[in-house]
Amino acid sequence: MVEAKALVKRFGDFEAVRGIDVQVRKGEAFGFLGPNGAGKSSTMRMIASTSPRSDGDLRVLGMDPDVDGPRIRARLGSVPQQDTLDTELTVRQNLQIYGRYFGMSRADVRRKATELMEFAQLAERADGLVDALSGGMKRRLTIARSLVNDPDLLLLDEPTTGLDPQARHMLWDRLFRLKAGGVTLIITSHYMDEVEQLCDRLVVMDGGHIVAEGSPSELIARYSTREVLELRFAPGEQGGIAEQVAEFGERVEELPDRVLVYTGDGERALEQVHGRDVRPVSSLVRRSTLEDVFLRLTGRTLVD
Amino acid sequence: MAGRDGADTTRRVATGSRSAGRVVGSWRAAWLRVEAHWTWYRRYWQSSLYSSGLQPVLFLAAMGLGFGSQVEAGPATGGLAYVHYVAPALLVAGAVQNAIGESSYPVLSGFKWQQDYYAVTATPVTAGQLLGGQIIWIALRVGIACVVYAIIALLFGAWLNAGALLVVPVGVLAAVACGVPIMAVAATTYNEGERFAAIFRFLVMPMILFSGTFFPIEQIPGAVRWLAWISPVWHGTELARGVTLGGLGIAPALGHLAFLGALFGVSAVLARRYFYRRLVV
Amino acid sequence: MRTAPTSSTTAPDAAAQSATAPARRGPLLRMLPAPLYAGRARALLERSAMVYSRAWLVFVSGVVEPLLYLLAFQVGFGKLVEQVTGPGGQPMSYVAFVAPALLAASAMNGAVFDSTFNVFFKFRYNKTYDAILATPLGPLDIALGEIGWAVLRGGLYALAFLGVMAGFGLVTSPWALLLLPVALLVSFAFSAVGMVCATFLKSPAQFDFVQLAVMPMFLLSTTFYPLSVYPEPLQYAVQCLPLYHGVELTRGLAVGVLDVSMLGHAAYLLALAAVGAYFTAKRLARLLLR
Repeated sequence: MVEAKALVKRFGDFEAVRGIDVQVRKGEAFGFLGPNGAGKSSTMRMIASTSPRSDGDLRVLGMDPDVDGPRIRARLGSVPQQDTLDTELTVRQNLQIYGRYFGMSRADVRRKATELMEFAQLAERADGLVDALSGGMKRRLTIARSLVNDPDLLLLDEPTTGLDPQARHMLWDRLFRLKAGGVTLIITSHYMDEVEQLCDRLVVMDGGHIVAEGSPSELIARYSTREVLELRFAPGEQGGIAEQVAEFGERVEELPDRVLVYTGDGERALEQVHGRDVRPVSSLVRRSTLEDVFLRLTGRTLVD
Repeated sequence: MAGRDGADTTRRVATGSRSAGRVVGSWRAAWLRVEAHWTWYRRYWQSSLYSSGLQPVLFLAAMGLGFGSQVEAGPATGGLAYVHYVAPALLVAGAVQNAIGESSYPVLSGFKWQQDYYAVTATPVTAGQLLGGQIIWIALRVGIACVVYAIIALLFGAWLNAGALLVVPVGVLAAVACGVPIMAVAATTYNEGERFAAIFRFLVMPMILFSGTFFPIEQIPGAVRWLAWISPVWHGTELARGVTLGGLGIAPALGHLAFLGALFGVSAVLARRYFYRRLVV
Repeated sequence: MRTAPTSSTTAPDAAAQSATAPARRGPLLRMLPAPLYAGRARALLERSAMVYSRAWLVFVSGVVEPLLYLLAFQVGFGKLVEQVTGPGGQPMSYVAFVAPALLAASAMNGAVFDSTFNVFFKFRYNKTYDAILATPLGPLDIALGEIGWAVLRGGLYALAFLGVMAGFGLVTSPWALLLLPVALLVSFAFSAVGMVCATFLKSPAQFDFVQLAVMPMFLLSTTFYPLSVYPEPLQYAVQCLPLYHGVELTRGLAVGVLDVSMLGHAAYLLALAAVGAYFTAKRLARLLLR
């Protein structure tokens, strides 16, 4: 569906995307994970054929965006980072007008709008102004709008940023259903849990480069240990601890507010720590996540 | 257009696409934008009643009839009653103000506040077609306002002959020629600050005061009269008076048309470039 | 978005002051309950001054606009109409006839703009007033502060206008100095009424309705031609318009023709100002102190 080789995006002197290779296959859910400014959105906009590439090769749905932009966009659905709804119109009008841009007939967009409002659970707000909707509702409407042309490929740029947990779960549910219906999804996020749950495959981006690629479980297996022991200390008492506990895990990371010990068996490591007479204020044993992968690869946490 | 749609359908079958989306022709795409504006307008038309409908009529009543009652018909008004002299010019002035208003904040909002332009260019509709739709929409809206004005002015007895019918297209032309440059400005405006307020006060208002709307530009001292010659409002006003009051030769008429046409053409090219620069980055 | 320059006042200090204030402060403080008015409208003025110290345009246009208008009337309209009948029945040049009326009209326009557009955006979008009400200040402080700013700005405009008029040789009577206080009165009356209206507006599109009230007033209040132009029934209608009374005052003073009716005109504007300020505070209290 998408094939990028040595893809580059420059804004003046600044290189936002520095030569990435990506392949997205039909029917899969593909993720771009990375902190703000990693180049995810620039990549997404190039795939959406709204932003010309500066260098490299890009094929979307087998076509070149520079030549066939409108044809590609006709078969894409795009959820931008910020809602671009027409707040002065109703929910239904937003969907219908958007559908018309895809060359659909009036009857088709009427039918489709009704169907999508059901899908996004906005039917009872159908003829209310968008301005009056909550943040979660607006986001659902933006996603519903992106589906108006039954896209072959759906691009979601940070779909759940700024939503409350309940709204996020509801959105995830909708995305699972789309995937089950055969839609190829490309998602960017800086939430690990989102990417872990939604994506079959992902790339981790940092500073315009791809630093790792694989399925969530592959990446965790390759770059992290099975478990992590988190140790928290009273302010000012963390100094020197990392060296003391280093031998209890395969690897130790020190963050401003805690020390992480990477190990196959967290409980055992914790016992050993206590045996050394190190007394953290609190401790936690958990499974490794993509956050740990990212920390390992870049030496930084994902959400600053 | 039809051929392209057909080719697209074949392709969809060939690639096993389930998508209902297809590319529409350029004129059709621009018209779809007009359709969207119309949907908005149906809901909010009352709120533009004043600026597009009533304002020019008020000016006609106050200046044409009220102030006009103090004016002796003389060489300055071409021997005509002031209301006849000022009526066509007020149509042009109103149309221009209307178009400039619609080309400033509403266009900037599409880029900056509402950001709906970005939603449109994520569909098969391109930035150029988006601009085209915006221009057509403003021309239509101004056209409607001009017709309303012309009918009310008729009740005032402001028209002398059927040439008044031609004043409406002249007003639309002048309006579009003045509106499109403002669209280009809106497309290059990131922090609006006081930019539009300054344009209204220091450009639009003087342009309307000193372009022969209310008094002939021959009264302006010769050294600064050229300022009126480069004002599109003056060219529009001359044409509007010419078609209904007469006294305008073919050559000057073509000159005025050419000026307005050139202004429209050049600014449309610029606006198109700036729309692409802002929306396709 | 911007924080009000009230942070220098610490809350306990202000609370202590307002607790002891009624005994010593002015009549407004004694009449009104403390939550409505803390006697600190000045803080709002400081805020406006800070915001506007960067908006050079406001001050430039204060000079350039009257200049452009008077120029247009001097070279253009004034050539079409050589003479009109001025106050007291004396003939006068058209520019001298229009200039004082334009001064009154520009005081009105500035005041309405400040009190509707600006107040609306602060009120609906920037939530400036919610931030201010979290301090010891009350709605009446806001009302008086904003009206005060509009008046101050109107005064600056009027001063510039008067200067330009003098430059055109249109100031012929020492009474013309009184144009300044009259402009302030017009500003006060219109900004007070404008603010009441601003609290009723719901969307920016409705500003057309404000224009709908202001433009006819600007055009029809004998600004550009004498009252005698109208047929008699219409004359009575025009005499009800507030701007008409402002124009009568400025036009009479500019040429030094005074009479008793001026007291009536001034009283009309004063009453309008008082009613406007009262309802502004009431509306703000209802909308903000819920």
